[in-house]
Parts: sequence; C-alpha cells; structure tokens
Amino acid sequence: MAFLEVKDLSKIYPGSDGRPAPVFEELTFSIEKGEFVCIIGHSGCGKTTILNIIAGLDTASAGAVIMDRLEVTGPSLERGVVFQGHALMPWLSVMSNIAFAVKSRWPEWDRVQVELHCQKVIDMVGLTGAEHKKPAELSGGMKQRVGIARAFAIEPKMLLLDEPFGALDALTRGVIQDELLRICAAAHQTVFMITHDVDEAILLSEKIFLMSNGPSAVIAEVVENTLPRERDRHTIHHDPQYYKIRNHVVDFLIHRSKLFQSEGTGERGKPPPLVRPGLAPERRYGYRRQGDAVAGATRAGQGQFEQEPQSAYSGRPSDLHSLTEEEP
Amino acid sequence: MTKKDFWGAAALSLLFFLILLASWHFSTLPTERISAANDEYARLMGQGAKKTEGLPTPAQIGETAWKHVTDPFYDHGSNDKGIGIQLAYSLARVGAGYLLAVLVAVPLGFVIGMSPLISRALNPFIQVLKPISPLAWMPIALYTIKDSSLSGVFVIFICSIWPMLINTAYGVASVRREWLDVARTLEVRPVRKALQIILPAAAPTILTGMRISMGIAWLVIVAAEMLVGGTGVGYFVWNEWNNLNLANVIFAILTIGLVGMILDFIIGRLQRLVTYVE
Repeated sequence: MAFLEVKDLSKIYPGSDGRPAPVFEELTFSIEKGEFVCIIGHSGCGKTTILNIIAGLDTASAGAVIMDRLEVTGPSLERGVVFQGHALMPWLSVMSNIAFAVKSRWPEWDRVQVELHCQKVIDMVGLTGAEHKKPAELSGGMKQRVGIARAFAIEPKMLLLDEPFGALDALTRGVIQDELLRICAAAHQTVFMITHDVDEAILLSEKIFLMSNGPSAVIAEVVENTLPRERDRHTIHHDPQYYKIRNHVVDFLIHRSKLFQSEGTGERGKPPPLVRPGLAPERRYGYRRQGDAVAGATRAGQGQFEQEPQSAYSGRPSDLHSLTEEEP
Repeated sequence: MTKKDFWGAAALSLLFFLILLASWHFSTLPTERISAANDEYARLMGQGAKKTEGLPTPAQIGETAWKHVTDPFYDHGSNDKGIGIQLAYSLARVGAGYLLAVLVAVPLGFVIGMSPLISRALNPFIQVLKPISPLAWMPIALYTIKDSSLSGVFVIFICSIWPMLINTAYGVASVRREWLDVARTLEVRPVRKALQIILPAAAPTILTGMRISMGIAWLVIVAAEMLVGGTGVGYFVWNEWNNLNLANVIFAILTIGLVGMILDFIIGRLQRLVTYVE
C-alpha cells in the first residue's frame, strides 16, 4: 500500500440549475513515501480542492484519502500546508510565526527548545538575520520562505504546497526552488505541490500529474520524471530528456487538456496511466506520438500536434514559462 | 510630516487662536449703555453684585480659569466643589460604565462574530436597542437602581456597549480565512485560537469600536449629570448656569473638550499598539 492513497475522490457542488456540477469525479491515485509530486493543470480544474481535501481543510463529496494507513478526516499536524498567499500572521515576527507552529506541535517544549528549533528552520531557509522582522517588512520571496519554514518546522509526514511561488519573480523563484529541492531531498520529504510552471515541475518533482480541464476534470496522465535525481537548475535543460518531458507536458496543456472533457472522462476510478516521455526514442517526438506513452493514453490530440510548428517549443524555456498562468 | 511643516501648522494654529481671541475680546467689551433698572438693582444689592453684561471677555475667562486651576479640589459644600473634584466624579462614572461595557461587549461580540446563527438571532435586538438615546433609559434606571449616581453609570454602560459590540462582532467575523486554516492545520485548540489568532487579528477593529464608544460616553456623561445632578462636570455646568456665572460655564466647556481629547488620545495610542500592517 502506498503512503498516500486517494480513492474514488469526487467533489460535486450543487449547480445553479439544480443539477450537480462535478469539479472532479472518482479520482484515484497514490503517492509513495519520499516522493515529490507536482500537479499541473489549467485554472479551475480543481487542483486546490484536491490539495485542501488531502490537507483535511475541505471535505470530499465521495471517496477517501488514506495517509499512512489512516483515513484523513480533518486537518492534522501530520500534514504541513504552505498556503498560496503565505498566510503569515502580520502581527507576529518571523520567529513568532514559526514558534506558533512549533508550540502547536510540541506543547511540552520550553521556550529555549522552541527557540532553538525555530532558529534551525530559519537558518535552513536562509532567513538568518530576519528573525525579528514582521512579515510586512519582508519581500514576497522571504514571506514565502517563512511559510515553507513554518510548514517544515512541525516535521510533517507530508508537505502540501499550493502554488507557493506563483506570486514571485523568476529570479527569486529560482533561488527558493533550489532551496526547496535541497531541503526536501535532505529530509526525504513526501511532497504534493500545485504549480503552473512546467520548468518548476520538471526541476522539482519525480512525478507530474497532468490534470485535464474542469468541470469533471480527471488526472489524465502521470508523467514520470526520468531525469537523474541530482538536478541543477542551471544545467538541467542540457539533458536530452528535458525537452522531451517538457514538450510532452506543454503539449498536454495546450491541446490535450481540453479534449478529455469533450470526449468524456473514460479513466474514472482507475489510476491514471504512467508515461515516460523522457525515455521516448529520439526524433519520434514532434511527428507521430503513438508509443511515447507507456499505457497509451494519448489518443487525443494527435492530429493537432502535427500541425504545430516544432520550433515553438524548442529553445528558451522562458517562452513557455508561464503558459498555464491564465488567471482571470 | 517634516519639521518645517510642523512649525508652519503650529504657527498658523496660533494665528487662528489669536484671531479668535481678539474677535471675542472686541465683541464682548462692556458697553457704556446705562440702564436705570440695572442701577437700581445695583443699589438694592449693595456693592457685592458684579453685573454680568453679555458674555464674559477672554480676560474674565482667564481669571476664572486661573482660580480653578490653582485650586481644583476645594469642597465648600454640595453646591460648590472644585472642578477637579467634579471631573473626578465624571471620570469615575465614565470609567465604571465603560469598563462594564467592555466586559460585556467584547465577549458577546466574539460569540456573535463566531456564530452566524447567534448573529442573526441577536441582530433584531441590537438594531432596536442601538438607536435609543441613552438618556431615555434614565427613568427606568432611576426606578430600578434607585441611585442617581449608579443610574449615570448605567447610562454610560448602555451607550458605550453598541459600537464595541458591533465592531467586535465585525472584526471577529472578518478574520482572514487563511489564518483560521493555519490554525486548523496546526490543530490549535479553540481557546488558543481565540486568544492568539482571532483576538489579535480583530484587535484594531475592536479598538476602533472602543474609541467610538469612549467618545459617545464622554458626550453622554455631561447630559446625564445635568439630569441627575449632585456631582460631576455636567452638574457643574448646569449649576453655574443657574448661578448665571457664564465664565464658569465657558471654562467648564473648555475643560470637557480637553479631557475628551485626552481620553481619545489614550485610546488612539492603544489602537496604534495593536494595529498591524498586512
């Protein structure tokens, strides 16, 4: 049994016309211990809802989430959440914000123990020197580091990140991505992260969940990131696998994410197919795409892909950096 | 604000003050109109009666003020006490009524803010009770409490409770959802959540309510003391009106203004302490 099992998870809201409006139905997937998983998909497909249900902040209409053999029934200190808007208490200093979490986790600790532990995580995220600043005195990147430090400080079994770098500039984002990668690797942390950034997902994750458009969204595929685990943001794009994976994901977001919805969600209730585009044979990409998927889940969108000039994807990563950031 | 701006504004304030004083002075200069009736009155009263002709001049006010400021705590019987004693009575009543109101309004506002059900259930009562002039409660207070001083305290209580109640409820109800989500993921217990997240988050709004309440309480105490009499700065004003001593009345008015300003300043300071920048 996997560390995290999500079984037949559905979230259905009552629609305005009285008919049920499903955000997603019967999602089934699992995450192994120590795995870093990114979920990618267009706005409104229910990514945040999935994360909130795993966190226990939201309830599913049907289905279950089982973590470490226990069903998730509500929020827990076992799952640390990094919120999209960092959610720091503005009246508390950096140290106090983290101490608040640490005291929640270990109420029996004395002041010195709490402070030592806080200092450790503050140093870990590179905020040494800013301990006594209020969040309003910090830049966006520093605030998000405090958010990560706070989630890490309670030593959760699983870390949930809701698009943590969405509001940051590219430079800051890169630095914090490196830090997150280092911290998570050192702690063998199990992570579930929402992102809109394809490069970020490839840099950080071991598996990328591709989610189709809502309503009635499904996890269409699980892309296994076959790049070697030791990754460097500055050299990763020289790896021949990098653009194969990247093109596969971008292609999904541009074309295929729409099609799952129009042709119905056939894969309900079953785990999504696992694909390894990084290991697909050379040259095949960009022409016929049959066979690049292990479980053959790419029947949709073949026609469109051929007409797409291949040059649109090759080259600078920044071109497609924010392809999915179509927030209204 | 730069230092230069500060001194500029201060100089301008002083100028306005001098213009005000001068126009007051010239409009209240004693006229040479001799009235037969007044002469007769003076003769009847002997030397003692010092006529008050119109409003007192600034100089007369200054003289009166000096007398009060140098001897604020004299006590020559129930109708002649120093301004300091009268202010102390008023402040004690405001303090007692206001503190009681804080003790009721803040916890009740918390409950209303946390529970939409209770909020809706209590809303009609609040809406009806809020616009009632606090002085309208006076007969009921006098009848039930049977003590004029305590009735004054009650009136202060009833007038200061509403802004605090409504602001507390609003502040608590509008605490950012993500802070509450943080508390939930950290499994924070309800009491700790109330004291360490909701209270500091709502504190600026609560303090705004407390500031409004204090302003209203200080307005109302003067009227209430005029009504119940006995002691207090409101009674002092009414008593001096009955004595036709307008200099004392004007001095008392200025004092009321100054004390009100100080009270507001103190709560303003408290408000700054709990305000946070998002």
